Amino acid sequence: MGLADRPLRYLQKKTGIGGMAAFFLAPNMLIFGIFVLLPLVINLAYSVTGGSALFLDERTFVGADQYRQIFNCTNYLDPMSCQEDAFWTAVGNTFWFVVLQVSLMILVSLITALILNRELIGRSFWRAVFFFPVLLSPVVVGLIWRWILQRQGLLNSMLYPFGVEPYTWLTDRTFAFGAVVGVSIWAHMGFYTLILLAGLQAIPKDLYEAAEMDGTRPARIFWRITLPLLMPNLLVVIVLALIKAVQVFDEVFVLTGGGPGTSTLFLTQYIYETGFVSLPRNAGLAAAASILMGLVLVVLTLLQLGVGRKNENKGKRR
Amino acid sequence: MSTAIAFLTRRRGGKGWHWTDIVTWVWLIGGLLVMFGPAVWLTFSSFKTPAGLAEFPPSILPYVTQQVQVEGYEKPLPLFNAKLADGSTRVLAEVRRIGIVSQMVDPKAPGEIIRVNIGDREPVREISFATENYTQPFMQFDFFRYLWNSVFVTVTATLITLIVNSMAAFALSKYEFKGRNAAMLVILATLMVPLSVILVPLYSIISSVGLFNSLWGVILPTVATPTGVFILRQYMLTIPDELIDAARMDKASEWQIYWRIIVPLTAPALAVLAIFSVVWRWNDFLWPLIVLSRRELYTLQVGLSIYSGELNVQWHYILAMTVVTMIPVVLVFIFLQRFITTGIAGSGLK
Repeated sequence: MGLADRPLRYLQKKTGIGGMAAFFLAPNMLIFGIFVLLPLVINLAYSVTGGSALFLDERTFVGADQYRQIFNCTNYLDPMSCQEDAFWTAVGNTFWFVVLQVSLMILVSLITALILNRELIGRSFWRAVFFFPVLLSPVVVGLIWRWILQRQGLLNSMLYPFGVEPYTWLTDRTFAFGAVVGVSIWAHMGFYTLILLAGLQAIPKDLYEAAEMDGTRPARIFWRITLPLLMPNLLVVIVLALIKAVQVFDEVFVLTGGGPGTSTLFLTQYIYETGFVSLPRNAGLAAAASILMGLVLVVLTLLQLGVGRKNENKGKRR
Repeated sequence: MSTAIAFLTRRRGGKGWHWTDIVTWVWLIGGLLVMFGPAVWLTFSSFKTPAGLAEFPPSILPYVTQQVQVEGYEKPLPLFNAKLADGSTRVLAEVRRIGIVSQMVDPKAPGEIIRVNIGDREPVREISFATENYTQPFMQFDFFRYLWNSVFVTVTATLITLIVNSMAAFALSKYEFKGRNAAMLVILATLMVPLSVILVPLYSIISSVGLFNSLWGVILPTVATPTGVFILRQYMLTIPDELIDAARMDKASEWQIYWRIIVPLTAPALAVLAIFSVVWRWNDFLWPLIVLSRRELYTLQVGLSIYSGELNVQWHYILAMTVVTMIPVVLVFIFLQRFITTGIAGSGLK
């Protein structure tokens, strides 16, 4: 990069220090603008056009038709009564996934964090144990569990001694959904455990010592000291997990492919299939669906920013 | 050792095992099995032959039936522990099987054929690693190409990420200019835009600039990550401005200040971002799946998912390829986990 010195010195002479600031910022802003900001704007344009053409100038303006198609429902709780039944199935699946995955995962992460916060030998080892799957790629996660849940898999062989006949688990609608929730918890809980653990370690030790001196019962210590002081971290973790769960796709795509039937079809996969797989591809409908999903995510993010700010203020007051 | 024993026998309050001690250890040991077990089992499975994979219930280690070369027979014969009619057990080699009767010979005296009911014989098994699961895909499939594509995407994207984001962070932390706050706000605002929301328009942009079916189409949209700018800027704010002023007095150009002073001093933050960028890019799936439709351009993740989705799944190859895909991440994990876990806990980064 020494080669860049001379031309850049020339540029600096021409534009001054302010120009150099723009120079440093430009590459990032350019990439950002083209690949993040521009798509955001175009997405809106896509959602009001129809047809199967890819480029915007070849598409016909249809106004709110895509949204009308999505919301053309006689009973919103019954996907089959909607024109876009796959969309509403995906919405319902995503909703139940988010509720189950986030609540169970936070519970498991909290228990793990509490246990890792005890005086343990090799605490960093145990921390790493629970963190390991976080680094694995979603495809690898999906394949590992497909391998375990298949007919000759580990699950069947563990149940076999108890007289359970081998079963192809992932072809069972209820089990497949449960498996997707469980696998996703397995893959991500380590991340949330770490954040909660950091929160637990920030709680002043003398509070516990004082409580123990007073002979306070452990359960009471948990409800009166640990949980209230951990609440800020807990809220952040919950919202982060919500944002991530709404977008679930990769590991499910590899594990079940959305099946059996549509029992594990989630929103991101619906957008992917509507926009890129099914023929004729319907970019307008996919864009409209992604905007609806984006709205949910914006609300969740604002919630997170609000939670984060409140915590900051609290930190200052203390 | 004595500390380990002292630790293992240490209990809450020192009087007897408290129930929380039991819960702790059950949880930890269970966690060890649940978290590592699946990956370990997958790795062992990847060394099994197709016949070994079809076995039920499966073994943990990869076993094969032992084979012996017997005089008078061209191919090696499988060895069995056979129970004979007189109740004795002998180690025999199977010549062929007709219905439920197996024709066997004693490897030491191959002259006489002994007939054994197949229910009365057990294969003699030994542990054997089917390394051909690993070597075959390299030759038969485009595996090496997928690997190369993944490495190329990961390395290039990480380098660009580091350069572009550190330049922007430098501008945003060390210069006063109009629109600085606006730029910062825009970058932070996009933290909330996940790829899944802009899939369709991003795809059309990539196509119209001619990057569809190009590894650059995978690389470019991911490199200007707001998280990266954010971490680097926070770190650069701690570098004293006096250093920069002194360098300016010595007639250093702004670029030299960035390259010779700021970048070396930001090394720790750059290292954290580099590790994360490598893990992110290596594991990327949805976007490469959309941009790449030509087989020779697939990254490992896409190639793996496409292969495993085909009807005649060749699990012995898939498993081996999965293990190879895991290797870089496992290496990162082994050498850098302490670094990463503290990095995450500190910044809430993912």
